[in-house]
Amino acid sequence: MIEVKGLTKYYGELAAIHDLDFSIERGEVIGFLGLNGAGKTTALKILGCVLLPTAGDVTVDGIDIARDPHAVRRRIGFLPDTPPLYNDMTVGAYLKFAAELRRVPSSEAAKAVTEAEEKTATRDVHDQPIFSLSHGFRQRVGVAQALVHKPKLLILDEPTSGLDPVQIVEMRATIRALRGEHTVLLSSHILSEISQTCDRLLVIQRGEIVAQGSEEDLAARLGGGGTIEVEVLAPSARAIEVARTVTGVGACSVLREAGGVALLSLEGAADLRPKVVRALVQNGIDLLRIDRGAARLESIFLKLTQTKDGDGRPQ
Amino acid sequence: MSTTLLIARRELTGYFRTMTGYIIAGILLLAQGLFFNALVLSQGEMLSAEVLSGYFFYAFGLTVAASLFISMRLLAEERQTGTLVLLTSSPVHDWEIVVGKYLSGLAFLAIVTVTSVYIPALILVNGKISFGHLFAGYLGVMLAGSAGLAIGLFGSALARNQILAVIYSTILTLVMVMAHFLSRVTDPPFKDTFMALALYARHFPAFQSGTIHLRDVIYYIAVVYMALFASIRVMEARRWK
Repeated sequence: MIEVKGLTKYYGELAAIHDLDFSIERGEVIGFLGLNGAGKTTALKILGCVLLPTAGDVTVDGIDIARDPHAVRRRIGFLPDTPPLYNDMTVGAYLKFAAELRRVPSSEAAKAVTEAEEKTATRDVHDQPIFSLSHGFRQRVGVAQALVHKPKLLILDEPTSGLDPVQIVEMRATIRALRGEHTVLLSSHILSEISQTCDRLLVIQRGEIVAQGSEEDLAARLGGGGTIEVEVLAPSARAIEVARTVTGVGACSVLREAGGVALLSLEGAADLRPKVVRALVQNGIDLLRIDRGAARLESIFLKLTQTKDGDGRPQ
Repeated sequence: MSTTLLIARRELTGYFRTMTGYIIAGILLLAQGLFFNALVLSQGEMLSAEVLSGYFFYAFGLTVAASLFISMRLLAEERQTGTLVLLTSSPVHDWEIVVGKYLSGLAFLAIVTVTSVYIPALILVNGKISFGHLFAGYLGVMLAGSAGLAIGLFGSALARNQILAVIYSTILTLVMVMAHFLSRVTDPPFKDTFMALALYARHFPAFQSGTIHLRDVIYYIAVVYMALFASIRVMEARRWK
């Protein structure tokens, strides 16, 4: 779907992105992960045909974005970091305008708007002026405008930016529902969002791709990382003693212990969970909960973005 | 509907959905009425044609000034609020964006200009006016306003925000209006060049007195063409920045 080779963009003397290479298959949900200023937005703007690259080749659906940007723009839907919303319009009128702008025939625009509103749960605000919408609805209308013409590729720059926790969950569900019908490339610096939404990660640091692959791939390649959280109805010391017998489990720590219930953090890959469960149960320890530790992706991300001499360059 | 007209329609309705359009239209009509009353009708006894000519003199200045305010938002506001990305990421040529925006401003200016016809019509109370004079004068006002809009749109393409846009375009317009002063203090061939460029002195007085010269019509159309061409180039260049 997308082939990127040697993509470089200079702003004056500063290379915002340098020699990026990656490819994205049809139907994938890809997360572009990087700290603020890493070059995510610049890369997405180029893929969205808003900016032209200084060097490099980008093809979308086999079409070169520099040679035929119009053909590419028909195939993409782009949500920039600030949703491009006309506050004076109603949601319905705005989406109809966006659809017609993307060459949806007038006779089919109303149907396209309805479908986009249903996908993004914005049907209820169809007649509301955009200025009156909450931040969450504004983001959703932003996604709706990006997909109203049924593009093959959806590019979403920080789609959960500024949303509250409930809105983030809703936005994740919206994006997950787009899987299959659209290829989705989204950027974020929020690790949990990427972890829960995307099939594969592209980690960008200082304008360069420093790693790519699934979370599991990256964890395996970068020395495992990751933790397992275990909640047991037993003394923590006993549970740790048993957990350590499982091959692959590293350091164990007690996160909380009260009322006979202990919450432990075990260093180890998420696929060790069945072995840990068996070991605990076989040793008579009542297991209340087991889950992958929240710090898994964080540890990968920190490894990739740790700097030498504080200059921000990847190790 | 073509993309150009789609953009023009959205922009035009935008003028009426917000207060900006009503404020600009209200101030322009009020100023034209006040200038007409205070500076034209107070001159004592005059021929109707002279009164009409005086009206068009002030209408020129006020319309060109208003056109700069009408066009300041067209691109700068979209850049400021981030909505320009909707257009630049859609399958729309930069020229379609610029021309669509321009046409919306032109339609708005035409609506406001038509509503001002009651002012010269007041001359009919105590005098007579020629329809040809009225037509020529309004044609000149619209052509000058069109040129002002295009210059304003160019300023809007260059600027980061609306205030800067109106400052850039005002400077450019003043330079073009003042060009005939430069022609007085320069020698040929610059003398003729500056005079030919003058936005008012060389090209508007004929319209003001009821005469239409093709060269004046072509001049204003050329200013529009050049300013829109430059605006399109600015838009294209911004894709590299």
